[in-house]
Amino acid sequence: MSKEKKPTLRRERFTTWSDMDVPMMLTPEDLAAEGFDYQRDLGSPGEFPYTRGVQSTMYRGKLWTMRQFAGFSTAAETNKRFKLLLEQGQTGLSTAFDMPTLMGYDADSPKARGEVGKCGVAVSSLEDMEELFAGIPLGEVTTSMTINGPAIVVLCMYLAVAEKQGVSREKVRGTLQNDILKEYIAQKEYLFPVDPAVKLVTDTIEYGTQFYPNWNTISISGYHIREAGATAVQELAFTLSDGFAYVEDAAKRGLNVDDFAPRLSFFFDVHNDFFEEIAKFRAARRIWAKVMRDKYGAKNPKSWMLRTHAQTAGVSLTAQQPYNNIVRVAVQALAAILGGTNSLHTNSMDETLALPTDEAVMIALRTQQVLAEETGVANFVDPLGGSYLVEHLTSRVEREAMAYIQKIWDMGGMVEATKRGYPQTEIANSAYHFQRQLEANDKVMVGVNKYQMKEEKRSIATLYIDRAVEQKQIEKLKALKARRTKEKVAAALKQVREDAQAGKNMCPSILAAVKEYATLQEVCDTLRGVYGEYREVGGI
Amino acid sequence: MTQGKIRVLVAKPGLDGHDRGAKVIARALRDAGFEVIYTGLHQTPEMVVSAAVQEDVHVVGLSILSGAHNALVPEVLNGLKKEGLTDALILVGGIIPDEDIEELKKQGVHMVFTPGASLDAVVTYIKNHAPKRT
Repeated sequence: MSKEKKPTLRRERFTTWSDMDVPMMLTPEDLAAEGFDYQRDLGSPGEFPYTRGVQSTMYRGKLWTMRQFAGFSTAAETNKRFKLLLEQGQTGLSTAFDMPTLMGYDADSPKARGEVGKCGVAVSSLEDMEELFAGIPLGEVTTSMTINGPAIVVLCMYLAVAEKQGVSREKVRGTLQNDILKEYIAQKEYLFPVDPAVKLVTDTIEYGTQFYPNWNTISISGYHIREAGATAVQELAFTLSDGFAYVEDAAKRGLNVDDFAPRLSFFFDVHNDFFEEIAKFRAARRIWAKVMRDKYGAKNPKSWMLRTHAQTAGVSLTAQQPYNNIVRVAVQALAAILGGTNSLHTNSMDETLALPTDEAVMIALRTQQVLAEETGVANFVDPLGGSYLVEHLTSRVEREAMAYIQKIWDMGGMVEATKRGYPQTEIANSAYHFQRQLEANDKVMVGVNKYQMKEEKRSIATLYIDRAVEQKQIEKLKALKARRTKEKVAAALKQVREDAQAGKNMCPSILAAVKEYATLQEVCDTLRGVYGEYREVGGI
Repeated sequence: MTQGKIRVLVAKPGLDGHDRGAKVIARALRDAGFEVIYTGLHQTPEMVVSAAVQEDVHVVGLSILSGAHNALVPEVLNGLKKEGLTDALILVGGIIPDEDIEELKKQGVHMVFTPGASLDAVVTYIKNHAPKRT
């Protein structure tokens, strides 16, 4: 009897980056056996369940927005970088704030020592915001602002600048990240305890829906969840669960889902594993559409459409041999495009070491432009639709994410699950599992645990933020506080406190306060006085 | 006092909320047999010093990814000196530009673990360099 020689394979297991076992190859019979149905599972782009994309013509109609996250040092410096990026063909702005701003502290707070302008731009008052957008017509650009804990305050500052520029409300376009649940889960830039923080999110959704119809009130984010160590399935499940929690909270307040849901937006990571990521984006759209229509009763198709920004994975970048990062980012960007993202940020190659230099960010932007103009991928809507593998993976990611989503619903929803520490624990376990795999060489990071170069000399210049920025900001604040009308500021903050105590929508009083040049921390401290502060209780 | 486990403080000074690395390291150190105290996030330098002294640690590990290390690390070091905890092994991890490492070492940091450092490297370093106290 002849023995057929078993083919030698390179490894025991073939898995995605998220450690999901995957088949080598699939056939039409495989897909049929799974019950794949084109009309039900895919449909046309721009139609329920939007698996193939939220617009019927996708990139033929309009390319994804090229939106590079930017911010460092002073408002004036960042304003320069904004203008450079816009000149070089970026199509939307995205603002990175420094740690003190993100945590609701002014540049002169003892907590801000050493942190001012390091991770993003320092914004302590409306004055900084005005400088940040000086010479940039807010009625003509869309601006995303990555801020969460004090998002409502920064939003009001932006709206005040737009108002001063004479921009009519329907012309104010952009996105506020404002996704506080994922802060407790992953990014950890929280200020207040969970319940009042979620209330503030609903306040901004309510206010935006009523007064700024073209403003995306929230960017429900998976990026940070993924970067903290989650798998692709967990990223998807926890993000959508956060989204459902906000929908439920807004509905509880009596808001009509079809009024506010069209302006909810999303933000996903786009990681290394090419096909897993494409499947994730497609599954995301399909799940959101089905749940919004069938569980939350949304009737407006715009409520069913998951519109998303994507950023290439920061954690995939290496400090070793940083030029390799250019390659990683290009492949990740391609996955986001084939996944149908509506907006994209590509990381710069030097970002494991510092914030990007002008040169590095240019390469990152050009990566998107090369993909858009030279590769032909933007000619097609969902070009991988119908691939046996991609359809199988999409359904698989959907199924596994839904299992998590259902589990979280059974717990009472994501707010409750977050309070219990459930997503945090899942993420920490995934992060540890991945690190162990990396150290066992089960997962390879080129240049880190394979193809290392012993005598590597780091030859790239990196961006350095001078400590002088901190001093500059402190003096600026001193001058501002001397200039403004003390009584008006005090009265405005008093109104903030009273509105908070009365459970009112906080946008009007905060908007009034920032217009009097109450600082970010003054407003946040007032709110802290009413809501308290969140203290994380958890293990490792 | 008998020779017990090596006690390691894993601390997150400043506003930096990136705790993935710190938690993974803390867990790996625990699995390697050390006694690990994780401070949690948003610790002022004073809080870090206080925890280090209270727990009488052999090793102080500071995790900073926000770029604030040049301000925060010296404050911790000065605090430890003032409190008399002078033999502890001082480790720093996170995003630390090469050009800052020399200065940190001059100030008293023993080792800086930059991105890509392995858990084994950290464990081994601690085993080899932690102060031996009787």
